[in-house]
Amino acid sequence: MWTLFHKFGSPKWFYGLAGRLMPWLLALGLGLLLAGLVWGLAFAPKDYLQGNSYRIIFIHVPSAFLAQSVYLMMAVAAVVTLVWRMKLADLFVRAVAPVGAVLTFLALFTGAVWGKPTWGTWWIWDARLTSMLILLFLYFGAIVLGSAIADEKGSARAVAVLILVGVVNIPIIKYSVEWWNTLHQPATFKLTEKPSMPPEMWVPLLLSVLGLYLWFGWLACYRMQTEILQRERRTRWVRELVRAEGH
Amino acid sequence: MAFDSFSAFLTMEGHGPYVWVCYGVFVLLLTALALWSRSRRLGVLREQRRLLKLEESSPDEQVPAAASFSRIHPS
Repeated sequence: MWTLFHKFGSPKWFYGLAGRLMPWLLALGLGLLLAGLVWGLAFAPKDYLQGNSYRIIFIHVPSAFLAQSVYLMMAVAAVVTLVWRMKLADLFVRAVAPVGAVLTFLALFTGAVWGKPTWGTWWIWDARLTSMLILLFLYFGAIVLGSAIADEKGSARAVAVLILVGVVNIPIIKYSVEWWNTLHQPATFKLTEKPSMPPEMWVPLLLSVLGLYLWFGWLACYRMQTEILQRERRTRWVRELVRAEGH
Repeated sequence: MAFDSFSAFLTMEGHGPYVWVCYGVFVLLLTALALWSRSRRLGVLREQRRLLKLEESSPDEQVPAAASFSRIHPS
């Protein structure tokens, strides 16, 4: 158990594992994403109420899902950083925080553009939209705080605490559509119920969600590898690797 | 196909601009993320290669032996 734990914590081991996973993640992710988006854009039936504007759902929902999942993953990594001081956990947070911020921005942006023809307004300060905006600021906070503190360990701990404080926002985002009256429609997928959409709509949506998750997996591996190269530059294996890549 | 013609697919009964802008920004930002990550990787590698070369080309900065020993003869 402990040897496994140490192995997981070893940057060198992770670097190799990521390299082996990445081609699969990228190919499968892009494939599913492309299939889901083309299906959703061109082949899924029109929504009887919202017309064609609902096709934005095929990018809005994956972005919003993943934006929250990435934050939860960062929260788990923050606990690991604080309790076990594992280097990889902090590297993960640094690698994915900007990706999470972009995804949150995408969810907000596509939501606003979808809101215009559907609700008649780009923006409204209601619970779902505001809590999502707070998520964006939490991502910004984690990025800025991480780069503002020079000391590696102190910086890792400060970012971890910020992320854990902000995690209270995630259930607020999730339940905002049930707790408050909001313009936002209720959740599309629930674990306990069948989706309220016909399969011609939710299957492509599921494909694009899965595709985006896998694509994120690829990008996270790639960016973590870069962080490892940077952080472990004094180790012998990184030096040899850099030397080998130079020729 | 949910549309009768290609132009119907583009206009989407007036919702075309909204839908296409969203898809465009989505693809653009994901591509930008990937390219930015790649340029950062290349930058890190370039910098480290430079440092390695510096180290190799300046032997005077090599760490001297930690200690030297000479035999002493008591009495």
